[in-house]
Amino acid sequence: MGTYIPNTKEEQLKMLHEIGYKDFDDLFKHIPEEARFKGTLNFPKGKSECEVSAIVSGMADDNKVFHKIFRGAGAYNHYVPATVNAIANKEEFLTAYTPYQAEISQGILQSIFEYQTMICELTGMDISNASLYDGASAAAEACAMTHDRKHSTIYISHTVDHRVREVVDTYSFGRNTKVVVVPEVDGETDLKALKEMLEGDPSAACFLMQYPNFNGIVEDADQIASIVHGAGAQLIMSVNPIALGILKTPGEIGADIVCGEGQPLGLGLGYGGPYLGILACTKKNMRKIIGRLVGETTDSQGERGFVLTLQAREQHIRRDKASSNVCSNQAQCALKASIYLATVGPKGLKQAATLCTSKAHYLAEQLEKAGLKLTYDKEFFHEFVTDCPDSGKLLAALEEKGILGGLPLEDGRILWCATELCTKEDMDEVAATVKEVF
Amino acid sequence: MKLIFERSVPGRGQDIFPECDVDIRLPETPLREEAPKLPEISENEMGRHYTQLAKEARGVNDGFYPLGSCTMKHNPRINEAMASLPGFTNVHPLQPADTVKGCTEAIDTLRNILCEITGMDDMTFQPAAGAHGEFTGLLLIKAYHKSRGDEGRTEIIVPDSAHGTNPASAAMAGYKVVEIKSNDHGTIDMDDLKAHLGPQTAGLMLTNPNTVGLFDENIMEITRLVHEAGGLCYYDGANLNAVIGMVRPGDIGFDVIHLNLHKTFSTPHGGGGPGSGPCGCKDFLAKFLPGKRVIDGEYTQAPESIGCVTGFYGNFLVMVRALTYLLFNGSDGVPELAKNAVLNANYMQEKLKDLYPVAYDTTCMHEFVMSLESIHKEKNVSALDVAKALLDFGIHPPTMYFPLIVDEALMVEPTETESREVLDNAIAAFRAIYKKIIESPESVAASPVTTPIKRLDEVGAARHPILKYDFSGEKAE
Amino acid sequence: MIDPKELKYSKSHEWVRYDGDDVVIGISDYAQESLGDLVFVNLPEVDDELTVGEALGDVESVKAVSDIISPVSGKVTEINEALLDSPEMINEDPYDAWFVKVTDVQETEDLLSADEYDEFVKEEEA
Repeated sequence: MGTYIPNTKEEQLKMLHEIGYKDFDDLFKHIPEEARFKGTLNFPKGKSECEVSAIVSGMADDNKVFHKIFRGAGAYNHYVPATVNAIANKEEFLTAYTPYQAEISQGILQSIFEYQTMICELTGMDISNASLYDGASAAAEACAMTHDRKHSTIYISHTVDHRVREVVDTYSFGRNTKVVVVPEVDGETDLKALKEMLEGDPSAACFLMQYPNFNGIVEDADQIASIVHGAGAQLIMSVNPIALGILKTPGEIGADIVCGEGQPLGLGLGYGGPYLGILACTKKNMRKIIGRLVGETTDSQGERGFVLTLQAREQHIRRDKASSNVCSNQAQCALKASIYLATVGPKGLKQAATLCTSKAHYLAEQLEKAGLKLTYDKEFFHEFVTDCPDSGKLLAALEEKGILGGLPLEDGRILWCATELCTKEDMDEVAATVKEVF
Repeated sequence: MKLIFERSVPGRGQDIFPECDVDIRLPETPLREEAPKLPEISENEMGRHYTQLAKEARGVNDGFYPLGSCTMKHNPRINEAMASLPGFTNVHPLQPADTVKGCTEAIDTLRNILCEITGMDDMTFQPAAGAHGEFTGLLLIKAYHKSRGDEGRTEIIVPDSAHGTNPASAAMAGYKVVEIKSNDHGTIDMDDLKAHLGPQTAGLMLTNPNTVGLFDENIMEITRLVHEAGGLCYYDGANLNAVIGMVRPGDIGFDVIHLNLHKTFSTPHGGGGPGSGPCGCKDFLAKFLPGKRVIDGEYTQAPESIGCVTGFYGNFLVMVRALTYLLFNGSDGVPELAKNAVLNANYMQEKLKDLYPVAYDTTCMHEFVMSLESIHKEKNVSALDVAKALLDFGIHPPTMYFPLIVDEALMVEPTETESREVLDNAIAAFRAIYKKIIESPESVAASPVTTPIKRLDEVGAARHPILKYDFSGEKAE
Repeated sequence: MIDPKELKYSKSHEWVRYDGDDVVIGISDYAQESLGDLVFVNLPEVDDELTVGEALGDVESVKAVSDIISPVSGKVTEINEALLDSPEMINEDPYDAWFVKVTDVQETEDLLSADEYDEFVKEEEA
C-alpha cells in the first residue's frame, strides 16, 4: 500500500503502549461489534506513486483534447496566462485553510479583498462576496436573496441557460418557492409577456436574465430594468465576465444583484469544474448577500488588516436561520480569477472581449457565406445560433479534423462560440468544412 | 502590505493577447462608459505582490494544523500533478460522450471505490462542497417522501452538537429543524430522540463519530428507531477520517451520506475551496440523484432526478485528486488512515488531560475537545487566548468555540499524517502555555505577540463594513 | 432619563415600558453585557403583527445572533431606525435604546418588576 503516514509500525505500537493500549484493536474496542466492518474493502490494493501516475495518466490520455474549439454554452476556451497557475498553485495558497484566524491569514484575506474589489469594478456593483461554487448555484442563491415574506416568486427568462434554470428549479424545490419562466421570442426575452407577468403578480421577487443570453444575444437590459423595477421586483443579471470588458455594466443598467460564471477568468475547461460563482449586489442588499465577505479593519496598533466579516449572516452562527448553508467559497478559483484580471489589466480585458466578439462576427459571416443561416438577426457578443440541415453530420466532419464545433441544439440548430484562441485559419477551415459537407 | 491597486501605475501592463487577425467588430449595443479599475502592473511587480501575500498565508505545508473537524492532512503532490494533466484540464464539459472516455472512467472508478468504502449503492459528484452535499442529500429525502405521497414529514432531527451547516441545509431544503440534546457522555440522549420521533419525522442528520470526537455506541439502535418511525438517516461524512475502512455508514443504518473530499480524501483546502461534497445513497434513492453521467456512451440523468445542484458534473479536477489518493492508498492503506488518525488524537489527549480538562474523559476518535471553562473562571484566560498563544509557538490554533455544547472549547484533530515529534512538540507548547496561565495569565491574554498583525477590530469591521478598495484615494476610517 | 427601576422585564431579558396603552420594548443591561459589542439589529417592519413568545427580531454580535422575544402580542407602530446605523447605542445605554413601539396590545407575558428581575438574573448566574 502507499502511505503518507510518517510513523513506522514500530513507532505506532510504541505510542499505543505509552498511552495504555495493547494494539489497534484495543484502541477501537469501544466501537460496538455489530458496527464494525470486518473483512477487506473490495477495491485494488495500494500502489506506488509511479504506478498510480501511469494509471491516472492513462485515463487522461483516453480523452480527446480538441485544440480548435467553437463550443461555449457555459464553459469557454480562453487563454490562461502562465502567471495564473504559477502563482495560484503556491503551496501557501493551496494548502491553507479558510482564513478564520485573521492574524496568520492576512495573505489569503487580502487576496479575497482584492478579488471582491475587482468583481465590483467589473460589474459596477457596490459589494461582491468571496465567491460561490459556480454560476448556476450563484444564480439560485441570488434569487433566494430577493425573497421575503411578501415576495417569493422567481421569474426567470427562457433565454437563461437551461442548465442554470434547472439548478434554480432544484433549489426552489428545497426552499418551496415558485419559479415562473418568461417565454422567449426571436431569441430574446418576450418583453410584453415579462411586463404582463410581473405587473400581474405582487409576489414577484425578482427577474433573472442572462447577459449575454444563452443564444449569445445582448438583450436590451435597460428596458428590462425599467419593466422589472416598475413592477416592484429586483433585477438579477447573470453575466459573462469577459463580455463586461466592453458591454454596459449591470451597475450602469441599474441591476440589483449580479451573478455569473467566472470560469472564463483563467480557470480553463477542466471537464466542468471546479468553476467560480460570482455574486455581487448593491449596498441595499449588503446584509442579505450570501457567502463569505472579507472586510478591512485595523489592529490594536492601528495597522490595516483584513477579517472575515458580517459572519452573523452565515450558517456557523445563524444555523437554521441562515439564509443559506454555504460554508466554503471557491477560494483558490477566486484567486486565479484575480491573478487573471491583474495580469490582463483593464486594457487586456477590453482586448480579450474585442477579440472574442470580432472573431465571432467574422465566423458568423463566413458560416452564412458557406450556407448556414443565422437563426436570429440580433446583436451578439461571442456566441450565435445558426440553422443547419444536418448538425450531426457537420459536427462529425469537424471532429475528424480535430475541431470541436458549436453545440447542437434542438431542431438541428447549432450554438457557435469564438474566443481569442480561434484563428482566422481555423474559422476559414470551419466554413470550408460546411461547404464540403453540404 | 500594499494592496495590488496601490501598486498599480497607469500605462503599465503585461502583453498577453495578439493583434486581431480579422476586422474589429463590436456589437451595436450599449457599451460601458469607463474601463474597470483593474491593476496596471508588470509581471515582475505582480509576482512580488503575490509572493508577499503567500508569506502571510499559512498552509499545512508550513506546519502542524490541528483544526478539529477540518482534517488538515497532507496534500500529496502527485494529486496536483494528475489534476494538471492537459488530458483533463483541456476537456470541454459538453464534448461528445465518446471523446471523454477517460473522464468517465475516472468518475466511475472513484464512485465505485467510494461506494465500497461507505456501503452506499450510488453517488453523485455534483455537490461542490460538504454543505452542498448535505443540501443534496436532504433533497433526496424530500423527493423520496414526496414520491410516497407522504407530505406530513416536515421535520429533520439534528443533535445540538451538530455543525452549523446541518440545520442550515435542512432549512434550505424546506424542513423544520428539531434539535435533540446530547447526554453528559456527549452522545445522543436516547429519551430525547424517542420523544421527537413520529410521523412528522422526515429524517435524522448525524455525524458519527460526532463533533466531540466520540463514537455513539447506540448507533444501530438510533438508526433502527428512525427507520421504525418512517424516517431516513443521513450521515454527515465530515468525520469519516476516524472510521474509514473500519466502519461503513451503509452498514450501520444510514441511507444517504455526503463526503468531504477536501477532508478525508486529501484534496487541498485552497484557502477556502474548491472542495467537493459527493452525495451517496442506497439503491432506493438512486432514481432521485441529480446531474448527468455517461452510461453506455450516452449522457443520462436519473429517472426521477431532483434536477441539478451545479451546472455540470461537479468539481472534476478535485475528484481526480481524490481518485489518485485512493489508488495510492488502496483497500489495504485506507483502514490505516483511521487507525493512525485515532491513535494520534488519543496520544495528544492522554498527554494533555492532566492540565487541560477534556470535555469527555474517554477514548476519543480522530479528534478530542478540551474545555477551558474552569481555567477561564479561575484565571480569566479564555480558549481564544490559548489559541492565540499557540500562534507565538508557530502552531496553528485548533478549532475554537465549537461544538456549542462545550464551553470554552478547543477541538484538536492532529490527523494521521503527523509524525510523533510533531505531536510531542505541540504537547510541549500546550504545556508551556499552561505554565504561563498559572504564572502570568495577562501575558496569555495579550497574545499573539509575534505575528505580523495583532488582534484585529472585528467589531468595527462589522459595524462599518469596508468590503472593497476605495479608489477615490480617501483614507479608510 | 429612563429609570430601569420603573420598567417591567421578561425572563428572556427584554424590558417593557408602558406609554398609555401602548408598549415600548428594549433589552436589559444584563442582556447587552452578555451579548458583547453589538454590530447589527434586525427589526420588524411597521404594521407587522407580533406574537407573544415569538422572535420579533434579533441582535448580532461578531460571533453570535440572539433572538429578541416579544413579551406582547400587538402591532408595530414605530421602529427605532437609529439602531440600524448605530447598534452600539444598545451597549452604551440599553434603557434608552428602544427597539419597537407596539399598539393594540392583547396578550402579555407575565412580566417581572425590576427587583424580581434582578433576583432572577442572580439565580441564572449561579
